Amino acid sequence: MSDSTAIEGRTKPRRRIPLHALGPVLALVALIILGASLNSNFLSYGNVTNVLARSAFIGIIAVGMTFVITAGGIDLSVGSMAAFVAGVMILAMNAMIPTLGVGVPLVLAGMVVALLAGFGAGLINGFLISKVGIEAFIVTLGSMGIYRSLTTWLADGGTLSLNFEARSFYRPVYYDGILGVAWPIIVFAVVAILGELAMRKTPFGRHCAALGANEQVAKYSAVNVDRVRMATYVLLGMLVGLATIMYVPRLGSASGSTGVLWELEAIAAVIIGGTVLKGGYGRVWGTVVGVLILSLIDNILNLASIVSPYLNGAIQGVIVILAVVLQRESKPAD
Amino acid sequence: MTPILEARGVTRSFGPIEVLHGVDFSLVPGEVHALIGENGAGKSTTMKILGGYLAPTSGELLLDGEPVRFADQRAAEAAGILMIHQEFNLAMQLTAEENLFLGRERRRGLFLDHKAMRDEARDLLARLDCHVDPRTRIRDMSVPNRQMVEIARALGRNARVLIMDEPTAVLTGRETDVLLGQIERLKAQGTAILYTSHKLDEIGRIADRVTVLRDGAHVTTRPAAGFTEHAMAEAMVGRELSDLFPAKPAAGDDVVLEVKGLTVPGKVRDASFTLRRGEVLGFAGLVGAGRTELMEGIVGLRPATGEVRVNGKPIKAGSVLAAREAGLVYLTEDRKEKGLLLGKSLTENLTLLALDRFGRLSIDKRSEDAALTRAISDFDIRVKDRVMKAGSLSGGNQQKLLLAKTMLAEPQIVIIDEPTRGIDIGTKQQIYDFIAALAAEGKSVIVVSSELPEVIGLASRVVVMGRGHIAGELTGDQITEDAILRRAMGVGELTGASA
Repeated sequence: MSDSTAIEGRTKPRRRIPLHALGPVLALVALIILGASLNSNFLSYGNVTNVLARSAFIGIIAVGMTFVITAGGIDLSVGSMAAFVAGVMILAMNAMIPTLGVGVPLVLAGMVVALLAGFGAGLINGFLISKVGIEAFIVTLGSMGIYRSLTTWLADGGTLSLNFEARSFYRPVYYDGILGVAWPIIVFAVVAILGELAMRKTPFGRHCAALGANEQVAKYSAVNVDRVRMATYVLLGMLVGLATIMYVPRLGSASGSTGVLWELEAIAAVIIGGTVLKGGYGRVWGTVVGVLILSLIDNILNLASIVSPYLNGAIQGVIVILAVVLQRESKPAD
Repeated sequence: MTPILEARGVTRSFGPIEVLHGVDFSLVPGEVHALIGENGAGKSTTMKILGGYLAPTSGELLLDGEPVRFADQRAAEAAGILMIHQEFNLAMQLTAEENLFLGRERRRGLFLDHKAMRDEARDLLARLDCHVDPRTRIRDMSVPNRQMVEIARALGRNARVLIMDEPTAVLTGRETDVLLGQIERLKAQGTAILYTSHKLDEIGRIADRVTVLRDGAHVTTRPAAGFTEHAMAEAMVGRELSDLFPAKPAAGDDVVLEVKGLTVPGKVRDASFTLRRGEVLGFAGLVGAGRTELMEGIVGLRPATGEVRVNGKPIKAGSVLAAREAGLVYLTEDRKEKGLLLGKSLTENLTLLALDRFGRLSIDKRSEDAALTRAISDFDIRVKDRVMKAGSLSGGNQQKLLLAKTMLAEPQIVIIDEPTRGIDIGTKQQIYDFIAALAAEGKSVIVVSSELPEVIGLASRVVVMGRGHIAGELTGDQITEDAILRRAMGVGELTGASA
């Protein structure tokens, strides 16, 4: 019904801060308080750095996933893609050592390879989904299997290891940082901030939400639907490449079991953060909170011995379901 | 005669806002009682209360003279009260038969009794003169046939009261005739029918009594006989209505849009026409004649071959953006599915088409906000507050928002498809005035409409389409209903079906 009066032009828009929007933040705060009260080491520099740095891989990917899901898509292949990109990157770097030697050029070349591999993988997903018109779930289910299997094949069933010297040279990219903040944390923060700005402030973010809300309306409103959809998958692919760049120096190797279940963790983080799985509405800051919630649960279970860490997955599962249930009650009476 | 269903002094509030103020309404067996009013007058709320979808905040409902409270819509249905929605409640993937028996399937032992259901379904549809195979899936049926399935479902549940929410909004003239005939038949069988429509001529034809609502209050209830369309409209609007259509502005000389040999595969063949500066060009034709498809082909929403020139320059085919940049925009007939993001805010809807005008890299929220303020006052959009969702606006206000959204792109040529579908008479008049004002400003407008009076009243030239091609063009005094219809159906085959 619309029995109502025209609002005067000068009326300021009313700001509404619905409680359910803040739910994830409250949950995060509760977890931090819980963690701090259970273990005095929880808030120590070492532990905080450890949690944040390990969150960074999933976090960087989840930011990209937020755009894909907001635009009404899904990408199940990111975990396998990360393994594949890592494998390709390691092989490429090993192959380039004779010409480039171990040094900055080698690392930079490896990074370029990783970004290109991620770009290419995202492009293939995006092309099949937007141009060929196959459902995102099907395409990425298929590419999930393909990338995983290619990685195992490249590693011949074992592990691909970066050359020892190169590994030592590359290691600081994971373990060092500026002013005591580790590189992965810095990169994650920058990606998150840029992602949040892109989602809220740019036409691209608005177009993603419009496309996810109603593709027809977007099309009729002169939005280049195919290009926007493609862009979300390419963006995600490149962020997978970026996450891999941060991941490889940690262990210096990749195998068929690298990045297993990352896709589900990334999707879970996006959903906990309040992005709508069907698309049409997404928030990057929520995703960041979601990622932190998931890794804090893991961390708290490991630090405190009240609940077995083996129940980590179960608790995370409960949180995902709970988050969606809590966010559902936003329908007004009308 | 005791009414089957009666509302006495019913009010309804949403939160602190009362939207229905003491409405009285009754239905006796074998009558058609029309409920009319502008968008937002409280018709839907009244219907939902009678149909058990909403509980009244105060006042009472009487069933066969006894006070009653429906717990929900199923309770009302059990009492024989059925509502037929504008947007059908049918499962698209299921067949007509499966839909008819959804939730009350006939069984034999553990299994479904397909034969009994099929026979009964065929029977119900035959009673409505609808001869589709009950095994047809709903998604493969035409809109009027879907409507018949809805009605058949109500009949199958032994409806004593039928609440019909604008059943003819999506029907053509002939389909409307069939429906009205069936309503007569139901009436003769003793069914009480609550009927709403924005088409006042239908009300005059079908209704026994008419109740008018305005701003949530009961205005009058009186016999339909002797209640003229003009008097109904004035009772709805609450003021005297002058001429519905504004004066037609004179068109300029220069051609702004030239369409040559446009073909949309399977829909439109070889269409050519021109549009001049400051002209209102009407597009008439039966439903399915290819008008919408032609327009969508012109603006790049559908694959098409042929030539489209704006101000003499050809525009890139297949790109809505290129058309918009050339100053050519299309306003869809389907505002709920293709025009507006119903779950999104007014601002997001308003600026979506012309988003690049609010900053290439970063959207300037302040100027977006200013644009909304301007749109609300320029287009007289009635909003509850500025953060409401587009889907909570009434139909007329949604249409105004869609107009405002389109005009933000600052087009030279506006194609408006069904500008007033499902809109009350007061808003209609505003939209007509707006179209005339656009043309007077030197912009050019194409009005595609299935309502002949609208085309005749607005356009200085009318192109008639029939079966996917342009069947004729009329100007000035030649524009009459008869002339349009004759061309739309193809001269000499007046009985022909719509393609």
